Amino acid sequence: MAETLSPLDTVLRAGRYANTAAKIGVTLSEVSPGSIVQVAAWPDTEAKVLEGIAKTTKLKLGGEPGAGAVSGNVAAFGIAPGRFLVISEDEGLADRLLGAIPATVGSVTDLSHGRTAIRIEGEKAEWLLAKFFAVDFSKAKFPVGRGVSTNHHDVFAQIQRRTENCFEVYVFRSFARSFWKALCHGAEENGYEVR
Amino acid sequence: MLITCPYCGPRDVVEFTYQGDGNRTRPDPASTDLNAWNAYVYDRVNIAGDQNEIWQHSGGCRTHLAVTRNTLTHKISSVRSTHAEPPAPPKPARKKPRAKA
Repeated sequence: MAETLSPLDTVLRAGRYANTAAKIGVTLSEVSPGSIVQVAAWPDTEAKVLEGIAKTTKLKLGGEPGAGAVSGNVAAFGIAPGRFLVISEDEGLADRLLGAIPATVGSVTDLSHGRTAIRIEGEKAEWLLAKFFAVDFSKAKFPVGRGVSTNHHDVFAQIQRRTENCFEVYVFRSFARSFWKALCHGAEENGYEVR
Repeated sequence: MLITCPYCGPRDVVEFTYQGDGNRTRPDPASTDLNAWNAYVYDRVNIAGDQNEIWQHSGGCRTHLAVTRNTLTHKISSVRSTHAEPPAPPKPARKKPRAKA
């Protein structure tokens, strides 16, 4: 597979920034998953698509909006009715999903080079996301595994809670550098670390 | 203004794109009736009150929605996916039999 070039290469510099006197509550980093794949069902094939995802990734997703799961190096969540985003650290996930989800069941689209994944973790991760998105990120409403599709101005974002204090945000790669800078500005008042 | 998307829940209106009047009926594509096409493209009833509208949750799940919004108050009385069946019209109230004199 062609080597993925990061749009953040020119701006991502490891270190501690802004209010370093404060206890660093949020850490920003770029994740480079091997595969980011969108799977969409036809109007009456959602159950079969979920079976295909389960067969390929061992992840069992509920049918409810935004339902997701995280296990090992794979994760998946609902992004729209009958549509799911499936992420793996390994390359070639789209081909494996195509083996389980033929065109009569759904469509599989490899977005690996089209999205940039940004990890936001730490005690202040919820606080930082709440600055950008009008979505309730509290643990009660947004538990581990759950995902959401939303936007910050014109930057479309798909967000999943990976652990209690860790979120991954998937944005279009052409917006990634601008969004990264905005995230850094948002985190300044509390101090942040880049890894 | 909040719109309650059937999939995503209540979201700010900035996530949505207005897609026009929901009362129009597209003529048969084979139709050559210019008046019907003119009416479809240009005529709007411009209701002062509850109006059927089409919106898209473009900043979320991308679903097209049939919304009933009051143009005077912005109160939204119903939202459904355009793929969902429209609700059945209310049954006419039964008339009470007249009391015999």
